[in-house]
Amino acid sequence: MSELEMPMALGHGAALEESPFGIESKKLVMWLFIVADAATFGALLFCYGYLRVASANWVKPFAFFPTILNGVIMTAVLLTSSLTMLMAVGTAQSGRRAASVRWLGATALLGIVFASLHLREWFSLIAEGWSPSTNPMGGSVLFGGTFFGITGLHLLHVICGVVAIAVIAIGFRRGRLDARHVEITGLYWHFVDLVWMFVFPLVYLMNVR
Amino acid sequence: METTATSHHAPPQGFLRKYVFSLDHKVIGKQYLDLALVAVVIGMVLSWLMRFHLGFPTTAVPGLGKLAPTAAAGGVITPELYLALMTMHGTIMVFFVLTTAPFAGFGNFVLPIQVGAEDMAFPRFNMMSFWVTFVAFLVLVAAFFVPEGPPISGWTAYAPLSAIGKDAGPGLGTGQTLWAVSIALFCVGQLLGALNFIATTLDLRTKGMTLMRMPLSTWAWFITSVIGLIAFSVLLPACILLILDRVAGTSFFIPGGLVVSDRLQPHSGGSPLLWQHLFWFFGHPEVYIAILPGFGIVSHILPVFARKPLLGPKVVLICLIAIAFLSYTVWGHHMFLSGMNPLSATLFSVPTLVITIPATIVVLLWIGTVYGARMRFTTPALFCLGFISVFVSGGISGFFLAQPSIDTYLHGTYFVVGHFHFVMGVAAMFGIFAGVYFWFPKMYGRMMNDKLGKLHFTLTLIGVYCVFMPMHYLGLAGNVRRYSTFTDDYMKGSLPLHRFITIAALFTGAVQLIFFYNLIHSRLRGAKAPDNPWQATSLEWSTSSPPPFDNFGGHHPVVTHGPNEYGVKGPTGDYIMQASSDQPVTS
Repeated sequence: MSELEMPMALGHGAALEESPFGIESKKLVMWLFIVADAATFGALLFCYGYLRVASANWVKPFAFFPTILNGVIMTAVLLTSSLTMLMAVGTAQSGRRAASVRWLGATALLGIVFASLHLREWFSLIAEGWSPSTNPMGGSVLFGGTFFGITGLHLLHVICGVVAIAVIAIGFRRGRLDARHVEITGLYWHFVDLVWMFVFPLVYLMNVR
Repeated sequence: METTATSHHAPPQGFLRKYVFSLDHKVIGKQYLDLALVAVVIGMVLSWLMRFHLGFPTTAVPGLGKLAPTAAAGGVITPELYLALMTMHGTIMVFFVLTTAPFAGFGNFVLPIQVGAEDMAFPRFNMMSFWVTFVAFLVLVAAFFVPEGPPISGWTAYAPLSAIGKDAGPGLGTGQTLWAVSIALFCVGQLLGALNFIATTLDLRTKGMTLMRMPLSTWAWFITSVIGLIAFSVLLPACILLILDRVAGTSFFIPGGLVVSDRLQPHSGGSPLLWQHLFWFFGHPEVYIAILPGFGIVSHILPVFARKPLLGPKVVLICLIAIAFLSYTVWGHHMFLSGMNPLSATLFSVPTLVITIPATIVVLLWIGTVYGARMRFTTPALFCLGFISVFVSGGISGFFLAQPSIDTYLHGTYFVVGHFHFVMGVAAMFGIFAGVYFWFPKMYGRMMNDKLGKLHFTLTLIGVYCVFMPMHYLGLAGNVRRYSTFTDDYMKGSLPLHRFITIAALFTGAVQLIFFYNLIHSRLRGAKAPDNPWQATSLEWSTSSPPPFDNFGGHHPVVTHGPNEYGVKGPTGDYIMQASSDQPVTS
């Protein structure tokens, strides 16, 4: 087996073979989680598209005011939170712990603003008679199911993200966690942001009356 | 290099920490295998009941009348009970046997040792993975004990009947909800496992264990994890949508105007085909989740007993990756009869035929490895050869089924039953058997009885051929599947063959008692196993049997050779171990 008997230089001290991506396991697993989660969101968006195409009586319930305006504000808030997360990671990596914790706080706050705006929108829709199984406008009931399903899962991700950021910020301030934890949380947060960039046009903009 | 993810946890004290809530990948692997063992016994008994009824449709099953007084009054299985048995048999076997044993079971025990790691990258995730899977199993089995019994919608749970609840039939109330919850939990458990396998394989390889030096078994578990990562991520939301349809009144999978049991269902607008797309997008890759570890196990074990290097290990690897990729493009071939556009049927037919090419290449390379070898016919070697035999026998009918024009006739018949039981069920089981006989000495430090093993292999091979080969003829003759009896004039002619299959199935089941006896007896009284009883090269054989808590006793082995060095002049025989000289770890 000549191909396998290549001479190799043994490194001293290092007990492990280099990872092909050169990243530690925790970060790798976050990337893998993102891949899996993207498949989950992809499946839900596929369901939405499939049902929408298959429905002859699809309704488009949204008007520019208030829904789309609200959605644009939510998008701006979430995009800004990605920016503050970027600052949190940057400051954490350059060792400015207090600044990083402040940026993390700002990110979590923006996440809470996003979730509040989202919930307010949900409640006003529910007050109008929308639910996962009902449609007050007549026509396909599937708008409610797909809308609440997809945005609900995304909202769950945002809330989990806010909790995670809070936990990481506290741990980081006390010195129990380091910059890598901040960076990995950042990966997750940017992914949640990215998903919204698909949800907003597909679920909101395409359903404008 | 970062090693923060390595466990470095101390050996646990106390029974609970050591054997129940253990973080040790070896214990978790054994737990998965034990779970699979319990599941396979239940699944097999269910299949016996089904086969008994198919062969002897009017005869009462002794004792069944007492166990299920409504579903089987007087002991004769009703059509509803038959469907319930079928559903539970399929679900238990596919999820809790064919996924847990070859992938989660062996993968957990062997993979970290084969790459030279102390443990998995995330031991806590690993423990959670098993316990979530265990809860999923309990939830599924609970369906037997709810008032209307288990669901009757098959392991595929086709909507809309699986989505509308009680009206659709017995067991489609609470039983079907339990099914959906169980499978959703199972997805979570396997996702945790897949993350762990990938991270461990990429990040925790010991010095010298380059990717190309990894044994093909580890490669197969790694590739299977990648498949599972996507497949289970899609089944999870599908199950959640199904649960929503059932309990929250949504209509994702339920069309409008549906009247079931004389009641207009309060749903509208959904698509039953959507469930099929989501399910089979998971379901076809799931077939490869079940069989690819078998490919890996055979590719790993065969050279050990052929005493020859595996022919074209790189080609095998490329084929495994090709199969993994293609497995995502063929799901529609399960839906040729679903009313899907015939054009898309053609589209799915082509990759289905293409995927047979890498599978065939791998089989030919195995045969080429065996060709001209002085085989050591041990039990694991025999099960590897048996794997090739049943995989080819079952695979060949796949060529026919891949073509929509032929599949239209065969899909609803026993031809398909024979096909998938051979290629996915029996082949994967043979892979599991090969793995058990091969790694048992490493797991328990004792050898299994080889004579009993050979007897078990011979009788099982004969048995499975008697069970599944005739099914192909039944199918060609037009014998539909999923029916509980074939007593009317139209199908009466098939009864003698069904009777033969039933007897063969009961025989094959009885033969497994030899295996169980061997398993238990060897665990207690088997001959003490040396560290490397098979003269194999991979890392698990360079540590003690069973391995110490941290796998290599405070050392990281340093790998200097590939896994395939057989038939060469080595220091201790015709092979060279992957780690021919260990070095102590300084860090």
